[in-house]
Amino acid sequence: MYAEKLKRKSVCRWIIEPFGAMRVPINVFADETLVKDMDEQVYRQAANVAALPGVVKASCAMPDAHWGYGFPIGGVAGFDPNEGGVISAGGVGFDIACGVRALTTGVSCDDIERCKESLASLLSKRIPAGVGSRGKLELSPSEMDDMLSGGAEWAVSRGYGSQADLARIEERGKMAGAEPRFVSEHAKQRQKDQVGTLGSGNHYLEVQRVSALYDEGIAKAFDLALNDIVVSIHCGSRGLGHQVATDFLPRMVKAARSEGIELPEKELACAPIRSDLGKRYYSAMNAGINCAVANRQVLTHLVRQVFADLLPKAELKVIYDVSHNTCKVEEHTVDGKAVKLYVHRKGATRAFGPGHPALPADLQKTGQPVLIGGTMGTASYILAGTEKGMDLSFGSCCHGAGRAMSRKQAAKRWHGNDIVRHLSQKGIVIKGTSLRGVAEEAPGAYKDVTVVVDATEKAGLARKVARLEPLICVKG
Amino acid sequence: MNAGHWEHYSHPADMGIRGFGATREEAFAQAALAMTAIVVDLEKVQASKAVQIVCEDDDDEMLFWYWLSAVLFEMGLRNMVFSRFEIQAFKGGLKATAWGEPVDVDKHQPAVEVKAATFADLKVTRDGAGMWMAQCVVDV
Repeated sequence: MYAEKLKRKSVCRWIIEPFGAMRVPINVFADETLVKDMDEQVYRQAANVAALPGVVKASCAMPDAHWGYGFPIGGVAGFDPNEGGVISAGGVGFDIACGVRALTTGVSCDDIERCKESLASLLSKRIPAGVGSRGKLELSPSEMDDMLSGGAEWAVSRGYGSQADLARIEERGKMAGAEPRFVSEHAKQRQKDQVGTLGSGNHYLEVQRVSALYDEGIAKAFDLALNDIVVSIHCGSRGLGHQVATDFLPRMVKAARSEGIELPEKELACAPIRSDLGKRYYSAMNAGINCAVANRQVLTHLVRQVFADLLPKAELKVIYDVSHNTCKVEEHTVDGKAVKLYVHRKGATRAFGPGHPALPADLQKTGQPVLIGGTMGTASYILAGTEKGMDLSFGSCCHGAGRAMSRKQAAKRWHGNDIVRHLSQKGIVIKGTSLRGVAEEAPGAYKDVTVVVDATEKAGLARKVARLEPLICVKG
Repeated sequence: MNAGHWEHYSHPADMGIRGFGATREEAFAQAALAMTAIVVDLEKVQASKAVQIVCEDDDDEMLFWYWLSAVLFEMGLRNMVFSRFEIQAFKGGLKATAWGEPVDVDKHQPAVEVKAATFADLKVTRDGAGMWMAQCVVDV
């Protein structure tokens, strides 16, 4: 029903003109193969988003888009508060500000090869990961509120990292609109010993080698050279973010009903941006973003301690820190006018182009570093945002490979032991607490990240800068 | 009538859980077992510690969703895994006991956390033979 309405606009951009309840078109960014394999449900969900009040320009699906709940995973949409726009807990998702941080290390491949096993073991020992793991920090109620207001800035003020780190985090690691009082006690209780934990599922910490450069100029500005060693951390807002979403979803279902907003799926749950509930959610969600960046900041500190013990000459510097599941207030051009929009990115990465005022001075010329996590057996990529992406997709691009197969199918098809052995033959050390967990995250259960990244570049949403291949993977 | 049972079903991003029972409460309890079984092999969990849970809603589907969310909250808060649930209904809600034990990574080998119960595929139904079914997709 939807796929047949796709019209090709350029090599990697397709459009579905509005029909039925849709207020704006759908923009699909993908090559021919990705479009062919894309689930019809992605288009249906993107069409549902395109029908929400106050949506502007287009409802976008990134090249890694797949069937989600409410919004597709890989869905981006902007809402204008002056046009009755909504904010949606479903449009942000459960793992608020789940994201990736990458660090340069200043050590060489040879340095890593000499201590690979011991580095992998020490990382997996010191980084709390998997179900049942707890962080070393136990936050008092007032510390919890400080963390939720201060984000990574709070972590730095407690000695976890430096001011230089903050310059390389979206919004300098602190969302100004966060209000801990709108975060439930349940959410805070779940988080009290979870700061500085990796979580589980597709979350990971990897030590990677820069295996290819595509834009040497930008790579240099990002301080990346061929064969450099990079550390990437993928995790989110832990129990607190999950609970914030759980707390607000049913209230937003009711709010939408009373506002007369039709929800084809309950997960589209939303409230007008200017309503009391909309404002409360925005404040609580911002606290969730702060929780996620504080978490990645504390994890960065733990990684630095491990490197200091094993490779004292290492100096770990933040390349950038991106969040995938967010709603952020940003200025975008709509019909030639600058408008403040509430941009939802669900499983999508912000990718601001060169010259954007949100970027630090030393990244003004390059555009924002965009960190794309692959699977444990393949590769990850570092891209840079483009001016064209600002216009096409609210300055957004893909966030990863995107699942091609369910966890159930993957666990049936592969055994964790075989995967660990196979990857070890390729020189990749995997540390995980659960073999089933490893099987569910088998590289074959994901789309080819290279195809996704190539389509992102061809669509003009971001440009490729570097490819990273894993040497050590600590699974959550 | 068949005794209560549970199953998982495939969803592209995550996992579907489904519980069946002769009563609505049995179907809810079975679905909670299905959810816990994503995290851990139920046979490895000793039902040694009891936790009380109360949920309220007039709508069967919303009550089911609140029930799963409450189980996840208790798992996260207490760092526990459960292997047995007993539910009693009252007008407009349910009262339950969940039995389990604190997570022991070596013993339980937990695979993955469940982040949340979603509204996706959320259904509570009763078939012609009187069998109850409760299901939804969970985010892992």
